Amino acid sequence: MNNDRINGIFNKYQGQAGSLIRVMMEIQEEEHWLSREILVKISEKLEVPLSRVLRIATYYKSFSVTPKGRHEIQICTGTACHIRGAQSVLDTVQDLIGIKPGETDLDQKFSLETVNCQGSCTCGPMIKIDQVTQSRLSSAQIADLLKKYD
Amino acid sequence: MTRINSAAELEELRQGILSKKDPDKPSIAICAGLSCLGLGNGTIISAFKEEINKQSLESKIDIVTTGCHGFCEKGPIVVINPEEICYLEVKPEDVPEIISQTVIEKKVIDRLVYTDPNSGEKATHMAEIPFYKNQMRVLLGNNSKINPKCIDDYLMIGGYSALAKALFEMSPVQVLEEVKIANLRGRGGGGFPAGRKWETTRNAPNEEKYVIVNAHEGEPGAYMDRALFQANPHSVLEGLIIGAYAIGSHQGFIYTRHDTPELRKNLDIALAQAEEYGLLGENILGSGFNFKVEVHFDVGIFVSGESSALMRSIEGKAPEPKPKYIRTSVNGIWDRPSNLNNVETWANVPQIISKGSEWYNSIGTDRSKGTKLISLSGHVCNSTIVEVPMGTSLKEIVYDFGGGIPNGKRLKAIHLGGPMGGTIPESLIDNPLDFDVLAKLGASMGAGDILVMDEGTCLVELARYFIDFLSGESCGKCVPCREGIRQMQNILTNMTKGKGREGDIELMEELAEVMGAAALCSLGRSVQNPLLSMLRYFRDEFEAHVKEKRCPAHSCKEAAIEGV
Ligand SMILES: Cc1cc2nc3c(=O)[nH]c(=O)nc-3n(C[C@H](O)[C@H](O)[C@H](O)COP(=O)(O)O)c2cc1C
Repeated sequence: MNNDRINGIFNKYQGQAGSLIRVMMEIQEEEHWLSREILVKISEKLEVPLSRVLRIATYYKSFSVTPKGRHEIQICTGTACHIRGAQSVLDTVQDLIGIKPGETDLDQKFSLETVNCQGSCTCGPMIKIDQVTQSRLSSAQIADLLKKYD
Repeated sequence: MTRINSAAELEELRQGILSKKDPDKPSIAICAGLSCLGLGNGTIISAFKEEINKQSLESKIDIVTTGCHGFCEKGPIVVINPEEICYLEVKPEDVPEIISQTVIEKKVIDRLVYTDPNSGEKATHMAEIPFYKNQMRVLLGNNSKINPKCIDDYLMIGGYSALAKALFEMSPVQVLEEVKIANLRGRGGGGFPAGRKWETTRNAPNEEKYVIVNAHEGEPGAYMDRALFQANPHSVLEGLIIGAYAIGSHQGFIYTRHDTPELRKNLDIALAQAEEYGLLGENILGSGFNFKVEVHFDVGIFVSGESSALMRSIEGKAPEPKPKYIRTSVNGIWDRPSNLNNVETWANVPQIISKGSEWYNSIGTDRSKGTKLISLSGHVCNSTIVEVPMGTSLKEIVYDFGGGIPNGKRLKAIHLGGPMGGTIPESLIDNPLDFDVLAKLGASMGAGDILVMDEGTCLVELARYFIDFLSGESCGKCVPCREGIRQMQNILTNMTKGKGREGDIELMEELAEVMGAAALCSLGRSVQNPLLSMLRYFRDEFEAHVKEKRCPAHSCKEAAIEGV
């Protein structure tokens, strides 16, 4: 855990209950997930009941209360990607890495999730790995691409 | 940066910026919009930097990463200014040649310019390419000319002069009246008159009022708000400040998506620079008017774009809507009057104040005025953003700007307005882009997203897709929406698998009626719209799935009877 960065976030928003979602988002961007320990700390620092922090953490699918893999794969399932074959991209990736959306593999190498329209409809079907957009890949290209990560 | 203390000082600064700028200095504008990003513009940007470094040209050539230029299908797009030479589908290998040939020698590289697919005619300059030439780019036209990270670029093109005009030459009521007379209607989906909403908040009995930018943009296939906001953040901000002045608000909020890093960066910079110049904060431009802005993020659920849910989210709570009889324009954030408008709605405001309501009323149809940003996606040659006057025919949008349907297929239908919108068949696409005409057809303008579908698309499957999407995006608070969506999801999934039963269609119609009447917010009350429009125009397709277990579009693989 990068304590300096996390403390920096807390210092910026200390006592500001209205910034709850923003604080959780910034911490998740640092840590890629929200541990119980962090959630308790958020509740203390922002003076928000823990129950509300937990509620928000489990409400949004972008927040994760379990650790994520080293590489995050996001597959866009927006309308345009859907009609251009997002499902087959998803099937290919699932077959290759053996996990379903929302899961992380046992080696903690990959996490897989589906995301809503990313606004790059030209690139559909679109897949993002560690925030880098890849457009219009065939199954074979996806297999080659995934081999590059460890 | 020094604070600007009056309208005169603003003009002085603008003249200063203009006089310092060498109009002949070459500058290379590289699109950093969302699609070009996905098409590899990162490597183009570094290739340009490297080449300029190698030839020690840093002081002679500017490189600007701009927002979306539109024409995303032909990205990455590079514009060489001041000549406005437009290169499409640029690759890193092209870069040294672009520098030596075009930037230095002023020669055009033929293979990189636009070629008309039909006539084979070439067009070198942005303004000559039919795709750009035939649009009316009031809001997007400056995207390739300005650096979104540089407020001086916005000032150079006349930015914040509308704000100065509002603050020093008009009373708040005059500003409000101007927007009312302009008939500006909300671009976020409802088409509600902005001036009337402003007036409600202005007249609401509470000193503390808020104004909000809705940049949530949750509709799949809608990407114009991000394109506009990322490319020209100050145009939206200027509109917001003018609106705050008219309404009597001193605190604004921007609610946007967390997953668009470039937009977030540009927004942070824009707010900081505006504050340094005294365009935000205390005593704006020395007028005595105070206004601050705070940025909040959506972390990914569709319903949080709904007004009351969005406001709960700004309070730091879970985004669950309130019943509609509580009007957010009177009882919004912390129960105070709060006026919410869409990104594009706000961006229209400086235009109206600068050029006047009469000019604005000269564009568009009888009851839908101004231009509209449209994002095209699906089975269309150009998935892009276009800006056209209201009243443009849907056919023109799909064929002239979208370039028609790829792979020699036929157009079957278009869907407008995402999961709360509607589908209309090919036979009706001569209709104009107009809030009221589209509503009558059972579609809706929505955010301006048009999904184009070819003959191979199954509408039962599309209906299933939308309901499936919404099942994860509804907040689950009210029963009609939560359970209604689930039942529809079951029925439609069964249909696509060839397991539909007699009476299913009628059952869904009944569910739709209950949801429309009893759900808490517009999400639950509009989710049935796509389905109802599809039943209106393509009922036989649903019946074929149920009665004959057949998919006429040959798309549902599991409907596994004839036709597959
Ligand atoms: C479920 C749901 C999602 C919505 N999402 C958005 C959105 O992403 N962006 C937006 O501007 N309006 C959205 N709206 C509409 C807003 O509630 C609101 O009407 C709009 O922001 C008002 O701005 P306008 O009058 O300028 O259009 C949504 C509405 C509903 C019911």
